[in-house]
Amino acid sequence: MKILIEGLHKAFESRIRLGIMSALAVNDMLDFNSLKEYLDLTDGNLASHLKALEKENFIGVKKSFVGKKPNTKYFMTTEGVQAFDDHLKGLERLIKSQK
Amino acid sequence: MKKEKDYIQDIAEIRSMMERSSKFLSLSGWAGIMAGIYALAGALAAYKIYDFNPGTIGNSINSENSSYPDLYFIVLLALIILILALGTAVYVSYRAANKREEKLWNTTSKRLLMNMTIPLIAGGILILILISKGMIAYVPPISLLFYGLALYSGGNFTYQEVRVMGLVQICLGLISSYFVEYGLIFWALGFGVIHIIYGIYMQYKYEK
Repeated sequence: MKILIEGLHKAFESRIRLGIMSALAVNDMLDFNSLKEYLDLTDGNLASHLKALEKENFIGVKKSFVGKKPNTKYFMTTEGVQAFDDHLKGLERLIKSQK
Repeated sequence: MKKEKDYIQDIAEIRSMMERSSKFLSLSGWAGIMAGIYALAGALAAYKIYDFNPGTIGNSINSENSSYPDLYFIVLLALIILILALGTAVYVSYRAANKREEKLWNTTSKRLLMNMTIPLIAGGILILILISKGMIAYVPPISLLFYGLALYSGGNFTYQEVRVMGLVQICLGLISSYFVEYGLIFWALGFGVIHIIYGIYMQYKYEK
């Protein structure tokens, strides 16, 4: 069982966090509202998942202003790219091993 | 501990999220079919009512009396077709987006539009210059060519088929710039027939 879960990161157990990482994997940067629309979440729910990923150092935050409105953009860190990649490889191995 | 089924679902989720967040998929084949019908009707009207053939005008650019009395009507007709086609595309996409529970104006649609707008504006300005110089014969090939470039560059951000249609339009544009006397036929082929074929194909492939 230990070999099977190699590479699978606990932070990605949640499908919402997996979704955030997937969206950021194919976009250089995404703002809060775009992520909210893709994942169909409430502000608070999305914010808490983003915080968790930020804590793991998987995503970075860039704050700026559009006019007077604050605009927060998220991007994947190199660490995040690595972890997400490992997670995908882990999933692949897991499914192959069970065939 | 998750089960195997959950991991397969995870992968499906990853795939769908990557696609949804990088491509604008609220397009419908109907937009293509309708645009094609407008274009064919317009080309037929230009040919039947005004006896318009851009090739023959281009050949007489040197003579002073080559000014074409109905040119304004042709430009007006072209504008009406453009507005109808764009209006239909926006309306159909709006409905498709609603059905997918997405917004029409989001990151992916903005990106798609940006990538199409730049070649279209460049082509549009070139066409205005050509008209002002009396080189009407080159308007159909250039419009096909730049429309094809716009589709090709926008195709990165939506269904792959749009890129293929872009390549077809580019080829038609290049061929018709050699056979300028058949400009109207090529124009009807590109904006009419190709749109309809694309629309039917998309409708057949993506809507059950």
